[in-house]
Amino acid sequence: MKRIALLGMPNCGKSSLFNRVTGASARIGNWPGITVDLMRARILLGAHMVEVVDLPGIYDLNGYTEDEQVVRDFLGSQPVDLLVMVINAAQAERQLRLFLQARTLGVPMVVLFNMADEARRLGISIDRDAFTEHTGITAHSISAKFGDGVPQALAQIGHLLSDTAPSTPSFDALAAADLEHALDQLAHQSIDTPVTLSARHTDRIDRAALHPLLGPALFIAAMALVFNAVFLLGAPLQEGIGGLFDWLRSAALVPLLAPLPAWASGFLIEGIYNGVSTVATFVPLIVLFFFLMALVEDSGYLSRAAFLMDAFMSRIGLDGRSFVMLVMGFGCNVPALMGTRIMRARPLRLLSMLIIPLSLCSARLQVFLFIGAAIFPAKWAPWALLSLYLFSIAAAVLTAWLFRKKFASREPFALELPPYRLPTLRHVLLRGWHEVRHFVNRASRFIIAGVALVWLLTHLPVGVDAASTASWAGQIGSWLQPLLSPIGIDAQLTLALLFGFVAKEVMIGAMAVIFGQETGALGDTLAQHMNIAQAYSFMLFTLLYTPCLSTLATLQSESRDWRFTTLAVAWPLALAWGVAWLAYTGLSALAH
Amino acid sequence: MCALSELKTGQDATVVGLRADHDFVQRLHALGVRIGRSVRIIRRGALNGPLQLRIGTTDIMLRRTEAALIDTTETAVRA
Repeated sequence: MKRIALLGMPNCGKSSLFNRVTGASARIGNWPGITVDLMRARILLGAHMVEVVDLPGIYDLNGYTEDEQVVRDFLGSQPVDLLVMVINAAQAERQLRLFLQARTLGVPMVVLFNMADEARRLGISIDRDAFTEHTGITAHSISAKFGDGVPQALAQIGHLLSDTAPSTPSFDALAAADLEHALDQLAHQSIDTPVTLSARHTDRIDRAALHPLLGPALFIAAMALVFNAVFLLGAPLQEGIGGLFDWLRSAALVPLLAPLPAWASGFLIEGIYNGVSTVATFVPLIVLFFFLMALVEDSGYLSRAAFLMDAFMSRIGLDGRSFVMLVMGFGCNVPALMGTRIMRARPLRLLSMLIIPLSLCSARLQVFLFIGAAIFPAKWAPWALLSLYLFSIAAAVLTAWLFRKKFASREPFALELPPYRLPTLRHVLLRGWHEVRHFVNRASRFIIAGVALVWLLTHLPVGVDAASTASWAGQIGSWLQPLLSPIGIDAQLTLALLFGFVAKEVMIGAMAVIFGQETGALGDTLAQHMNIAQAYSFMLFTLLYTPCLSTLATLQSESRDWRFTTLAVAWPLALAWGVAWLAYTGLSALAH
Repeated sequence: MCALSELKTGQDATVVGLRADHDFVQRLHALGVRIGRSVRIIRRGALNGPLQLRIGTTDIMLRRTEAALIDTTETAVRA
């Protein structure tokens, strides 16, 4: 099998090309020693089966960022038949710099000048014949977004592959390559740029989008829209999937497993099957989230958000893109964590991943709405809820500020502000599809195992009442009492927290089981069981303590670092205890 | 000569010096910020926020502390 690798700078449209060529078949490849997810796909090109690999977008082959290292590691260890260099034609004048570096590697290469339509609108023309004459390398003009020129380029690549053999580049000539002079020369020979560029529609949009007053207002409106979309569309979708799985369970699974002993069918249904349905309920959320994400990102608005929020975010060691992910985390933490992949500097990404689980997600909101209504006087309940949102934001800001030195990014901060573009439906849909498959592949085993484990803890030893204090979980609850009674959380509420670890939205249902009540009567029982100080402490603790199992699975699958995942569990737990203790002690003192 | 961060918004200028460390200079080169190139501040972010710069057909945002490491001279306005 032949192998081609796509190489290009950020914003050259490389991923659009990859998606256009490979479609839904692409998946994440595994190569020894390669620490970053790279997409790969197999396609038929002419007479050859070809593996296409999408390398991360990089500015400099000779640089020191993680992505640049990954590209060198990949090319140094995995022989390729052909390098396909993608260049944004509208920015060819500077993007050809990477081409000049790549040329020193001695690997067969083809150059694709992408976004030919955009360059044409700017009046920029590229003389491909002159380019080939001076470099000896074939060039094509394409639009990966609309597909123009792509079939011809692919046919040519298929043709070229007949004469190539896999080769591993030599990096010897890279450092010594004369870039600046050669770049000027090549640009002079092959690119024709008008002296004055026509005013772009992007400038007109930016006049509003980046306006000192109007800009932030538009940003808040856009975020409110995105947040509400995740929230209002996502929650019913999630319930719908949940309902479907419940129906399947009672209609098919329960009758089917009836011959089995009660403990076995209980484990299979309430342990394994509920684990599977937990995974499934995240699927619509992830699709929806990445649909919106692709819109925000591909349109070019994300980097505008970074611009608007930078004055504030840079003080807590983050940039504006982290802010967007944090806001999305208020809908659901899981896709927000996956979304941090757009931040290529790893320390910046990890710091963002550390604060996202502190966002008050829609699952936690359900718990707070229930407890708030059950225990707080009606006029206080909304204020209690608002204060939880404020605590959530404060906890995120405090955490980022405290850990900003530990996760200091050494990568130079210079972000491109690409022109506004309309995303294509195809690209948006593929994004959702790839992310869902990624989540299911990476996180589902962990989630199912976790749900099954909690079932076992609450149902063993054999013969105890489910989730009673006699169960193993109940025993864990009583061991934890010395730790949790100072914040007003008793053994039964501790059990509820254990369930909350599976998924926050199951807490209310779990409490109904723990207190032996129907959900309808649970409110009154809770009101007798907890005073306001206890309830508020319990809500604060629920807000901040260990993120849910799916979030935890995503933290691990995205960071691939157990030490980081441990920190992301331990720190919120400590913070939750401290905050809940302050609130419980303070409110109890006030009540006396 | 003045630092890029001190340049008036909308004023065309030519890059004459880069005082940043090696990695950052490489990144600036890749983004098109090179000695002899023309650069312009399109806008300044509120509350001491970042700068929006235009170099050729590329717009980038740069924090003011980093822009202070780039030396420029104002380009005379062409009639």
